[in-house]
Amino acid sequence: MLNYFSDNQDLEFTLHNLELAEITAMLEKNYENAEKFETAPADFKDALDNYERALKVIGEIAGERIEARSRTVDEVGAQFKDGKVIYHPLTLQNLKDLNQAGLMGVMLGHEYGGLNFPCSVYTMMTEIVSRADASLQNIFGLQDIAETISFFGNDEQKNFYLPRFAAGEFDGSMDLTEPDYGSDLQSVRLRAYQDENGQWYLNGMKRFITNGCSKVHLVLARSEEGTTDGRGLSMFICEACPQLVVRRIEDKMGIHGVATCELQFNDVPAQLCGKRRMGLIRYVMSLMNGARVAISAQAVGIAEAAYRQARKYASEREQFKRSIDKFPAIYSMLSSMKVRLTAARALLYETTRIVDLRNAYTHVVEHGTPTAEDREKQKYYTKLAAQLTPMCKALATESANSIAYDGIQIHGGTGYMRDFNAERYYRDARITNIYEGTTQLQIVAAIGGVMQRDADKRMEELFSIELPENLAALRDKLAALHAKQLEAVKFVSEKRTEDGNKDTAYHDLMARNLVEMETYIFVGLLLLRDGAICADRAPIAERYVLDAVAEFERRYLNVCSGDTKLIANHRDIIDY
Amino acid sequence: MSFHLLVFVKQVPDTQNISGDAMTPEGTVNRAALPAIFNPEDLNALELALQLKDRYQAHVTVATMGMPAAAEVLRQSLYRGADRAVLVTDRALAGADTLATSYTLSCVAKKLGNIDLVLCGRQAIDGDTAQVGPQIAEKLNIPQICYVEEVKSLDADKIVARRAIEGGYEVLSSPLPALLTVIDANDPRPMNVKLIMKYKRARTPGEVDAAAKKGEIADAEQYKAELAAKGLLIEEYSAADINAAPERIGFPGSPTKVKQVMSVVLTAGEAKTVSADAEGIAGLMHELISDHTLG
Repeated sequence: MLNYFSDNQDLEFTLHNLELAEITAMLEKNYENAEKFETAPADFKDALDNYERALKVIGEIAGERIEARSRTVDEVGAQFKDGKVIYHPLTLQNLKDLNQAGLMGVMLGHEYGGLNFPCSVYTMMTEIVSRADASLQNIFGLQDIAETISFFGNDEQKNFYLPRFAAGEFDGSMDLTEPDYGSDLQSVRLRAYQDENGQWYLNGMKRFITNGCSKVHLVLARSEEGTTDGRGLSMFICEACPQLVVRRIEDKMGIHGVATCELQFNDVPAQLCGKRRMGLIRYVMSLMNGARVAISAQAVGIAEAAYRQARKYASEREQFKRSIDKFPAIYSMLSSMKVRLTAARALLYETTRIVDLRNAYTHVVEHGTPTAEDREKQKYYTKLAAQLTPMCKALATESANSIAYDGIQIHGGTGYMRDFNAERYYRDARITNIYEGTTQLQIVAAIGGVMQRDADKRMEELFSIELPENLAALRDKLAALHAKQLEAVKFVSEKRTEDGNKDTAYHDLMARNLVEMETYIFVGLLLLRDGAICADRAPIAERYVLDAVAEFERRYLNVCSGDTKLIANHRDIIDY
Repeated sequence: MSFHLLVFVKQVPDTQNISGDAMTPEGTVNRAALPAIFNPEDLNALELALQLKDRYQAHVTVATMGMPAAAEVLRQSLYRGADRAVLVTDRALAGADTLATSYTLSCVAKKLGNIDLVLCGRQAIDGDTAQVGPQIAEKLNIPQICYVEEVKSLDADKIVARRAIEGGYEVLSSPLPALLTVIDANDPRPMNVKLIMKYKRARTPGEVDAAAKKGEIADAEQYKAELAAKGLLIEEYSAADINAAPERIGFPGSPTKVKQVMSVVLTAGEAKTVSADAEGIAGLMHELISDHTLG
């Protein structure tokens, strides 16, 4: 029996060392839920047992069922006929299996028929599904939509939609991007208006909508006539109906199993979700941050698949009378792939843990009787999550691309052919660092936290973990990098233009370097922490830190050079 | 109208993943060396029952005869959507062949009563006899449809099912109650996580007693009462509970005697060429009839 959870010791290690106890206790209302719901756990041990059993169930579905269907799903893909999206029968069978396994409302509360699991465990599920079929994750991973209704909808909306999501009766899409506005969401134009009875209607176009053929749509629309910025946008819920037309689906490079739709809204009846004007600034940012975690997990899942395929091929392929993984050129690539994969996963689940803590404390602050300490924690975790989420997406999706790229390289000419899945992983990975915000936008989202040093408190905790001697030496190297990082941040924030103003162009130009430098230190600390728990992981931590030093130094030199030439002469270069 | 379906399942050694020490030196199956699994075609029978539950109103009871550890396949049935689970376990049942097993299971069906449909897997991978299902039907004196692939319809007094036959299929209808044996023609659903969370603590009284003996539970009777109150106490019957005649169960009720279990290695023998004419074929026929391969 192939099981994509049980065969993955890194994932098992992560589940058992993630320290979810505080989160679970808050989610289960200090285990008072157990008296009301037959699916609720009695204590943390019980909850962890549930998580592990659930991951084994989805691990088996992914390994035994979804994997076997994934090649055909990729070859045939979703089709569009007579104005309707037709998913491949095997995609529908995958969804049926996941629904029969009770996995359509993983994060929804027991009262709605959900599992009430933390985001961390749900993210492991999306990773496991993605390893078997990345495109399926684009449908399975849309549970964030139900989660968003759960956070911001009114009771009537929650009671209507959430049980139906949990039962697999409803699927969702989030309709944000328009033909002219992608990264620049604050300029969205799709119009929302009310008739004399107060009924809302939506009118306009949306584009690149993943699973846009869904039953339930969350739509970002301009509800305030005359406005042009993000504060004139609200979020609406509408359902598939004749006025909501799928005009076409995209012919994509990868993730063929899911339909990416162009939608036309012809006065579609809709309900307001949450408060007016909060659509983008509050709800969509929350929704997109959730989706960024999910896409990071999709990337890690693809990277896992690509790495395993490459490792297997390299151990079987013989040249010069030896399997090719005996050659330094190949084993160094495989090691590097494994280290990047492990690093991405470490940051992913540190991020989900912080997201879980943020969600739990936000719930206390908004719906409970918070103490001053609760409010303090909510603020702290909100800031930290706001930095780690884009940092994580940038790292995980760029790593997945490079791992899938190396995966083909290790196969040589065979990897370029369709005989192996290596080329599919490469095509599927390519979207991950584009949608839900390109890497360039993740840098914009993360740089503020880096400049404000929002992650320093967490890093201080990680620096103070007791380590065995070999790892402590590596920690000293990271401490030296951290000192240099503070120096680089100071340099950029104090840099002035010739006329004495803040040099924002230089700040923006160096943002990627600074975010990546921060990532090297943060992830290095996470891997040292894990190496201290399990000695078998120490070589991975060591490799990561030693490589990180050189990577960091290159960027550090770049940042502290103060080289502003590109700001002045980039046109000369581009236009030559 | 709600149908009452009874599915008989069996916990079997995983004979598809044989390891070196699968056989004892005495030539019997070494159960300790093989993981115990849900007999695959019994999963198909359960799946068919659960599909009928989805399509019509039905109550699905799963029952097994086996060692106390067989409670695990009952829990796995609950995880997939069965409504009720029954374990029949008794030292007196040990050593049963298909005759004694089918008699015992027919007693279970009678004890439960009011069954509209009994479903069994075609055969178990440890014995491969495919006899138990048909024998149960005979003992209950109800019609049987064997090798069922799917149920076309289920009405108050009639079932229409499609069954595999050599080179094709046939569609049969039968009055109820009836017994079906089911083949590997559906895709058993995965276990449901919500049901796992609900039923993972379900135990038989025997399991509770065993845990109490090990000191894991302080008061077995109180624990059983707590489980029963939550619907988590799996029913457990002895041979006497199901009114089974002692001489018809276990070793005494089993005329079959296993002489030896062998690991058969097939090797290529000598090839023989038969000329493609009347004389050659007549010679071959004569040979096959005389060694009793034919006739």
